[in-house]
Amino acid sequence: MRYLPLNDADRRAMLKTIGAAKIDDLFCDVPNDVLNASFDLPNHMGELGVERALGAMAAKNRAAGDGPFFIGGGAYKHHIPATVDHIIQRSEFLTAYTPYQPEIAQGTLQYLFEFQTQVAALSGMEVANASMYDGSTGCAEAALMARRITKRKKAVLSGGLHPQYAAVTRTNLELLKDEVVAAPVDVSASEDLAAMIDDETACVIVQTPDVFGNIRDLAPIAEAAHAKGALLIAVVTEAVSLGALKSPGEMGADIFVGEGQSLGNGLGFGGPYVGLFATRQKYLRQMPGRLCGETTDVDGKRGFVLTLSTREQHIRRDKATSNICTNSGLCVLAFTIHMTLLGQAGLRKLAILNHQAACKTADALSAINGVEVINKAYFNEFTLRLSKNASDVVDVLAEQGVLAGVPGGRLWPGDPGAENLLIVAASECTTDADIEMYAENLRGAL
Amino acid sequence: MTVNPQAPPTFTGNKALQIEEALSFEIGGFDRTGVDFPPAEDRPNRLGGLGRDSDIGLPGLSEPETMRHFVRLSQKNYAIDMGPFPLGSCTMKHNPRLNEKIARLPGFADLHPLAPQACAQGALELIDTLAFWLKELTGMPAVAMSPKAGAHGELCGMMAIKAAIDARGEGDKRTRVLAPESAHGTNPATAVQCGFTVEEIPGDATGRVDLAALKEKLGDDVAAIMVTNPNTCGLFERDIRAIADAVHEAGGYFYCDGANFNAIAGKVKPGDLGVDAMHINLHKTFSTPHGGGGPGAGPTVLAQALAPYAPAPYVVRQDGEYHLVETPSAESFGRLTAFHGQMGMFTRALSYMMSHGVDGIRQVAEDAVLNANYVLARLKGEMTPAFEGYCMHEALFDDRFLKDTGVETIDFAKAMIDEGYHPMTMYFPLVVHGAMLIEPTESESKRELDLFCDALLSLAKRAKAGAAEAFKAAPVYSPRRRLDETAAARKPVLRWTPAKAAE
Repeated sequence: MRYLPLNDADRRAMLKTIGAAKIDDLFCDVPNDVLNASFDLPNHMGELGVERALGAMAAKNRAAGDGPFFIGGGAYKHHIPATVDHIIQRSEFLTAYTPYQPEIAQGTLQYLFEFQTQVAALSGMEVANASMYDGSTGCAEAALMARRITKRKKAVLSGGLHPQYAAVTRTNLELLKDEVVAAPVDVSASEDLAAMIDDETACVIVQTPDVFGNIRDLAPIAEAAHAKGALLIAVVTEAVSLGALKSPGEMGADIFVGEGQSLGNGLGFGGPYVGLFATRQKYLRQMPGRLCGETTDVDGKRGFVLTLSTREQHIRRDKATSNICTNSGLCVLAFTIHMTLLGQAGLRKLAILNHQAACKTADALSAINGVEVINKAYFNEFTLRLSKNASDVVDVLAEQGVLAGVPGGRLWPGDPGAENLLIVAASECTTDADIEMYAENLRGAL
Repeated sequence: MTVNPQAPPTFTGNKALQIEEALSFEIGGFDRTGVDFPPAEDRPNRLGGLGRDSDIGLPGLSEPETMRHFVRLSQKNYAIDMGPFPLGSCTMKHNPRLNEKIARLPGFADLHPLAPQACAQGALELIDTLAFWLKELTGMPAVAMSPKAGAHGELCGMMAIKAAIDARGEGDKRTRVLAPESAHGTNPATAVQCGFTVEEIPGDATGRVDLAALKEKLGDDVAAIMVTNPNTCGLFERDIRAIADAVHEAGGYFYCDGANFNAIAGKVKPGDLGVDAMHINLHKTFSTPHGGGGPGAGPTVLAQALAPYAPAPYVVRQDGEYHLVETPSAESFGRLTAFHGQMGMFTRALSYMMSHGVDGIRQVAEDAVLNANYVLARLKGEMTPAFEGYCMHEALFDDRFLKDTGVETIDFAKAMIDEGYHPMTMYFPLVVHGAMLIEPTESESKRELDLFCDALLSLAKRAKAGAAEAFKAAPVYSPRRRLDETAAARKPVLRWTPAKAAE
C-alpha cells in the first residue's frame, strides 16, 4: 500500500523488539468477539482507479464555470488568483497543525495576525478572531456571546437573515431554552425591528446586504438596540461587499459576523468556508475561538502566539466561551493571500465591478414581461418577482445551460409568498454574453 | 540570552535560508495591488447612499511581493511533510496529494451548494458513498454529515441525545453528563453548550474509567456519558461494553469521542461496543490536511435510537436519483450549519478510503498501533511510561524520569525542536503529571522511528546528566526562541495598527 512505509520484515523486527508474537497481541484489551470484524467494503485501489471513479462523480456535476451562472444566496462565484491556490498547497502550510508550538509555527501565526487585522479593518471593528467554521456557525456563536454579555435570553432575528443562518442560530439557542423571535420574511427591507426589541432582548441579528440583496442601514437599528441595552449583530455573507459599503462598525454594530468564502475560497458545494468574527475591544474576553497575539521571544524579537486561551475549551473545559477547537486555518490563509493581493485599491475595484455587473443584469432582466426587480438598493445580488413559480423556471433554464439563481422555494420551502421569488447574483465573472443568454432564456421560460 | 560564538548575528537578522519577514501591512501600500481588473464604467451606483468613503486601511502587494511574503512565512513552519509530528490525540498522518487533486476537480470545487439538485448528482453521490463507508466502518445505521469539525460533531451527537431525552419527556430530569477526568476539553464544553452540567468520572490505576465509580454516579438524572475510546491515555477501555450496558440500564446514552478511531478502524466496529453516537474526525483518521488548525470535518454516526433526531440536511437515494433533504423533520433537532457540510473534506476522505480500501485501513490501524508500541518499547528504559502494558496508537509518558533534573516536560519538548522534531502533546491528558503523549501514526518508517527514539533517549540521558540550563534555553535553532505568552495575554495586541508602528 503506497501510503504505508513499513514492510513485513520491519513489522516482524518491531514486534520482536516489543516482545509480542503477533500484531493482535497488541489489541489484547479489545474483546475477542469484536476484534477483526468483517466489512462490506472493497479492498485498496491504485491512484488511477480512484481518479477514474471519483472523476466520474465530478463529471456528473455542473460547475459554476461551465456556463452563465447567477447563483448566490450566501456563497459566491469569484475569480481566485492562481497565486492563492499555489501558496495554500505548500507543505509547510497544508500539513502543519494548530500553532501550539509557536517557535516552529510563526508562519501560521503571522498570517493569522494579518488575517485578524484585515477582518478588523474590513468590518470596522476593533478586534477579530482567527476565524470560525463559517458564517452561519459564527452567527450562532455571536448570539451565544451576546447572551453571555447581556445575561439575557432573547434573540431577535431579522426577516432578511439567510434562513439557514436563522435555523442554525435557533438550533443553538433553543437548546438552552432561550426565546428566539424571528421577524416575518421581509423581501423589501420594510420591517420595523426597533419595535421588536425590548428590555429582555440580548441581541438583534441583521444581515446586510440581506438575503434578498437589499442593503440595510444598520445605524437606526443599532441605536434602538443600544437604547434597550441589547447588542446589534451584523451579518455579511458577501465579503466583497465590504469594499463598497459602509462597514458594520461604522454603523454601530457590536458584533460582526461574516462569511469569508468570497475571498480566496471556492464554492466547493458549501464548505469548507471561513467564518469572520469581530467585535468591540470591551467584549474581547467573551469572544469565542482562537486569537493570535503579538509578543517577543527571549532574544527580544517580535513573534506571535495563540493567546487568551483561558477562554477556550482546552483550558477552561466546562467554563469555556465555546466548545470550538479548530478554526478554518487553510481557508483563512486563502482569504489572507487574496486580500493581500487585492489591497483596498483592488478590493474597491472588485466591488465596483460586482455592483455594475449586478446593475446590468437587473436592467436586462427587468425589461422582460413578467419580471419585477424588488430591490431599491443592492450590491451584487437582487431579487426578482416572476410571474411564475421560480423553481420551475430555474429548472428549465438549467436544462438550457443557465444557472439562473436561487428560487425562493429552495430557501423557504412551502412558503407561498416566496414561490415566485428568484434571488440573482452577478460578479466580476459575469460577461455581457452571459447576461444576454440569461435574458433570452428567461424571456422564453415565462 | 545565549549567544553562539559560531553563529554571530547578521546585519539583516536573516540566517541563510531563514529570512525575516515583516507584516504585509509594513510592506504594502494603499495604492498598490496584485490583481488587474478591467476599468469600471462611469455610471451611477445603486448603493442607497450607504457607500464606503473612508479608507479601509488595507495595503496591497504586487504578485511577486505576495509570493515572496508567504513563501518566507511558510519556511517558519514545521509540517508533516518535513518530519515526524507525533502530537498525541491529533493523528498527524501523511496527507496524500491525490486527495488534493480530486478535491480540485471543477465538478466538486466549483459547484454551488444551492445549484439545482439535478446539476449536483455526482456530489450527492459522493456524500452518500462516504456516508456508506463511515456507517460500515463503524457498524452504525445512520450518519449526520454536516458537522464542520470534531467538536461540532460532538455538539451534533449531544444535541441528538438531548432531543431524544426531551422526546421521552425526561428533559427536565436528565441534566447530568458524565465524562472521565482524562477527557478532551471539548467534551465538557460541548455538554454545557447543550445545557447539561458535567461531572467527572475518576480513572483507575490502569488509566481507564473506574467502572465501579461510574456506576455509583449513574442514576435517572444522567443523560449521557462521553467516553473516548481508545482513551486519551492511548488505552483501550477494557470494560467498554460493561460501561455501555451500565449507562443504558440507567436510561442514558453513550457518546463516544471518536478522535482516536485511527487505532481501531478496520479492526473493530464501535457499534459492536454499544456506542450510541460518535463523531469521526476526517482530518485525523482519514488524512484530510490539518492546514495549520483547520478546516476539519466531523461526521457523526448515530444509533437507531438517535437517528430520527439527526439534523438537516441529509441525502437519500430514490429510484436511482439522489435527493438532498434540506428541511428538518419534525423530530430533528434542527440545523448545524448553512449548506451541507465540509464537502472539500468529504472528497479528500473518500479518496483516501478508496485508496486504502478496507484491507489497507485495517493495516493502517495495525501499523499505527505497532509504531506506538515500538516507540514505547524503545523509550521505556530511559523514560517513564504512565501506565503498564501495551498501548494502542499513542504512547503516554509522565515526567518521573525528569525528577530532580531541573528539566520539565516543556523543556524536554522544546529541546526536541532543536533536534528537528515537532514535540509530542504535552501536559495532556491532565490525569498524568507532566504528560507526554506520543502518537507516531502509521506514516513513519522504522528508520525514522529509530532515529526519533535515539534522539529522545539521548535527550533523556542529557537531562539526567545535569544539562538543565541547556534545556531551559531551548530551542536555539528555530526561527523564534521561546515566546513570552504571559505578556501576550496581559496586554493583548491582536492586530497591527499604524499608530503602534509609528512608536
